[in-house]
Amino acid sequence: MGDVQKDNAGSRAPVFRTVGLTKVYRGDGNDVWALRGVDLALYEGETLVLLGPSGSGKSTFLNILGGLDHPSSGQVFFRRQELTALDDNALTRYRRDHIGFVFQFYNLIPSLTARENVALVTEIAANPLSPEEALALVGLEERMDHFPAQLSGGEQQRVAVARSVAKRPDVLLCDEPTGALDSATGISVLEAIEGASRELGTTAVIITHNAGIAAMADRVIAFADGRIAGITVNAEKLPARTISW
Amino acid sequence: MTPLNKKLYRDLWHIRGQALAIAVVIAGGIATLVMALSALDSLQETRRAFSEQYRFAHVFAHAKRAPDWVAREIGAIPGVLRAEGRIVQDIIIDIAEMQEPARGRVVSRAAGGQTHLNDIVIRRGRDLRHGYPNEVLVNEAFAQAHGLQLGDVIHGNFNQRRRALKVVGVALSPEFVYAIGPGDIVPDGRHFGILWMSREALEAAYDLKGAFNNLTLRLTRAASLAEVIVQVDRLLAPYGGVGAYGRADQLSDAFVTSEMEQLDHLAVVIPPVFLLIAAFLFNVVIARIIQADREQIGLLKAFGYSNIAVGWQYLKLVLLITGLGILIGWAMGAWMGYAVTGLYRDFFRFPFLYFQVDPSTLAISAFVGIFSAVIGALSAVRRAVTIAPAVAMTPPMPSAYRTSLLENLGLARFLSQPARMILRYLFRWPLRATLTITGIAFSVAILVMSLFFFDAVNKMMDIHFFETERQDMTLTFVDVRTDAARSNIDDLPGVLMVETFRIARAKLRLGHRQERVGIIGIDGDMELSRLVDVDGRVVTPPPEGIVLSEKLAELLVARKGDILTVSTLEGRRLVRQVPVVRIVRLYIGLGAYMDRRALNRLMGEGDIISGAHVLTDSKIEPTLYTSLKGVPALLGLAVRRAALNVFSAMIREHLHTMIFFYLTFAALIAVGVIYNSARISLSERARELASLRVLGFTRREVGTILAGELAILTFVALPLGCIAGYGLAGLLVNLFDTKLYRLPLYIADSSYGYAVLMVIGATIGSAWLVLRRVAQLDLIAVMKTRE
Repeated sequence: MGDVQKDNAGSRAPVFRTVGLTKVYRGDGNDVWALRGVDLALYEGETLVLLGPSGSGKSTFLNILGGLDHPSSGQVFFRRQELTALDDNALTRYRRDHIGFVFQFYNLIPSLTARENVALVTEIAANPLSPEEALALVGLEERMDHFPAQLSGGEQQRVAVARSVAKRPDVLLCDEPTGALDSATGISVLEAIEGASRELGTTAVIITHNAGIAAMADRVIAFADGRIAGITVNAEKLPARTISW
Repeated sequence: MTPLNKKLYRDLWHIRGQALAIAVVIAGGIATLVMALSALDSLQETRRAFSEQYRFAHVFAHAKRAPDWVAREIGAIPGVLRAEGRIVQDIIIDIAEMQEPARGRVVSRAAGGQTHLNDIVIRRGRDLRHGYPNEVLVNEAFAQAHGLQLGDVIHGNFNQRRRALKVVGVALSPEFVYAIGPGDIVPDGRHFGILWMSREALEAAYDLKGAFNNLTLRLTRAASLAEVIVQVDRLLAPYGGVGAYGRADQLSDAFVTSEMEQLDHLAVVIPPVFLLIAAFLFNVVIARIIQADREQIGLLKAFGYSNIAVGWQYLKLVLLITGLGILIGWAMGAWMGYAVTGLYRDFFRFPFLYFQVDPSTLAISAFVGIFSAVIGALSAVRRAVTIAPAVAMTPPMPSAYRTSLLENLGLARFLSQPARMILRYLFRWPLRATLTITGIAFSVAILVMSLFFFDAVNKMMDIHFFETERQDMTLTFVDVRTDAARSNIDDLPGVLMVETFRIARAKLRLGHRQERVGIIGIDGDMELSRLVDVDGRVVTPPPEGIVLSEKLAELLVARKGDILTVSTLEGRRLVRQVPVVRIVRLYIGLGAYMDRRALNRLMGEGDIISGAHVLTDSKIEPTLYTSLKGVPALLGLAVRRAALNVFSAMIREHLHTMIFFYLTFAALIAVGVIYNSARISLSERARELASLRVLGFTRREVGTILAGELAILTFVALPLGCIAGYGLAGLLVNLFDTKLYRLPLYIADSSYGYAVLMVIGATIGSAWLVLRRVAQLDLIAVMKTRE
């Protein structure tokens, strides 16, 4: 893994750097090791796909990067800032300013329209897109005033993507964004992520079970048993619309 | 233990905070019920036992001077078990340690204890001995107020002769459980005492050898009170009888009855409020639990559990919580009942006070508790069991929201997204918002109602002591005097102003209704003791006709312009027709007023007075008291300041305890309702709130959404609660409308203020408890689970 870092350390600065990242869930007698010492660097503007079976540690890794969880040991640096040294308020601040999340279940606020769900974020962001711009980015300019209950699953997920990218985040963290969707709808969501990442220069990390999606990544990180099992660099990444599964 | 029961206990543990909040609200209702019913039972049983063991009379009559054989003749009336003539006289008592004279009521007693009716309990010392005419027994309240020891000597004016009396014992009587002096509004043990003296001594003092001036009767069970009274009145009439009356008109007993009625009303009015709120809480909490359990319910039904089995599962949860509430309520109720009974022991003078919690009281309270809980939970449980398993196992559709009415009115652009979330959430479940508002409003209302008691009693006191009765003291005389007596009083040291009055006992009749009252004749230009109407206007009785209090008019069904038949019960006992000229509102007693000269004409007498109100120079009051102790014709003396002190003390001791209970309950309801509402809102919106946290909203910002919702609900509930509190106070005013007193429907602004502040406090406290949980939201778990 050390050489992987060297490989990429050339011109671009890392957005994230993790050192010996370990996460243990303490149970009654049997501890569960979710991460067993992960060292990885993520670079500006790259698209990363994390692959791996359930329980391999990829979600835990993503949550720690996003400031939703604390490691048991090891360090995470966001640019020069050590995340592992931040308290809860500072982590909230960090999420607010730098991170966009997309989850498998869209987690929209049912009482707010698509536009308002996006506005929720743009109201507290420093230099956001307008909700209309963000929704246009994911192709939903026609459905801005619909409530979540009036949107299809794919549309809801695209609202979630718009909501995540509207604040121009430095990093977009997506945990199984297409897990609940059929192939065609899933691709529309991936296109939205891809488009936003390209337009705004955002680093994107996508967790998936679906090896097909790996084709749209710059690098593919395979997780197994709490460790990085391998890293593949795609010489040429494919546009999302050409993928199928 | 079956898996379902394990689930039950774990569910219960999971919602323990809410369960406890509901249990406490139920406990409030149960406790009030148990308190009121147990105190009522205790009081009833004690009164019954005291009355029976000491042969409290059923009928009372006063006459001027009736020969003993009349008593025997009355004893022979069908339905009369026993008739006993005796001598009862009001006197002035001189106690060495007290500046002002006290008033006493002397009751004759056969020396040696041959009394058959209205017997006494000797608490200390011994009974009167034959041949010692100066021995007296005094009532316990008077003895305690003055620290009288056996062997102490007090002085009394008997028929204008001063006499030394030796205290040989301290006693209690069923006749003077509530020993209230004539014209007083509360018992004042310091200024009013009951003295039992030997019949011989009183016969000699009042020249009543072989005669009596007071008669008491005990009746058979089957006797008709009304018929006996007619016979007694007929037989006593030639001897100056002033009309017999039953226990209902015997002042002490009437007060005990009135107190019991209050407890009864309490048992009817307060618990339903609590139980209604508990039912509502069950409804929302169980509905929420069932909503969260949807898939499990579907699964159970798919496994083959019947609707009844599934429904029973949730009803068991309700019954467990209710059971806890009932147990807490029983314990609290018994403790409160004991405390209240203790208050009665001090307030009323019973030789014993049985405190008992009747098993039927416990059964009734448990039944109403369970009944209201099941009613509350039933609709939610029914919804759970009737849902098809396949439907139950699919996740519910995302809730459909709409823009709220306020936003459609064009307010939208002023609202932030969190503000919209709050509004739309409230409008999405309008019924729940309404119920929560109702619950909070109820707690405000109960607070307002509790504080209303203070305000009403203070107002009553204010009107009585500062607007109506402004004299420093009221003197009454042995015999009605001509107006010339006025100048004699004027000459007493320290007297600044004198106003005379006439009071005459009379029977007022309209149609078949009649009431015995004392008609007060006042001079038109009264400055001290005034008749003041509802609006604070001074009312002067016109030269002809009678002014009635609202309550008296109501009892007689009399309206302005009606002609009453007035039979005077003193003097020449004339019967006249008198028109009702005005109706005024009074808060204490039944009032009938006339111009004094008109009353004198009605009585067929000259310029006669019964007493005088005086204004005194407080600096030389001691001298005045000394002079008054020497005025042989003085029958009574009421000192306003003393009455005011006694009244305030009574409120302090009696009312405060009761109000403390109510305030506690109201606070518990407020916390119960608000906490539950906040918890449910939190659990329903955990996903939303966690989403916001993930999006970078701070805990404070997320908390604001929950708190904002509570704030809106509370804000809407506060004015409604104030209005409902006014309504409850109005209800109480109607329930407490007795012959003895009425409460003014008056609530001070400060009471609304306190009620509102307390509920705001409860809201903040509940919000704080719930907001701590926002910090504990598991962001990852919430985000990763399906909706």
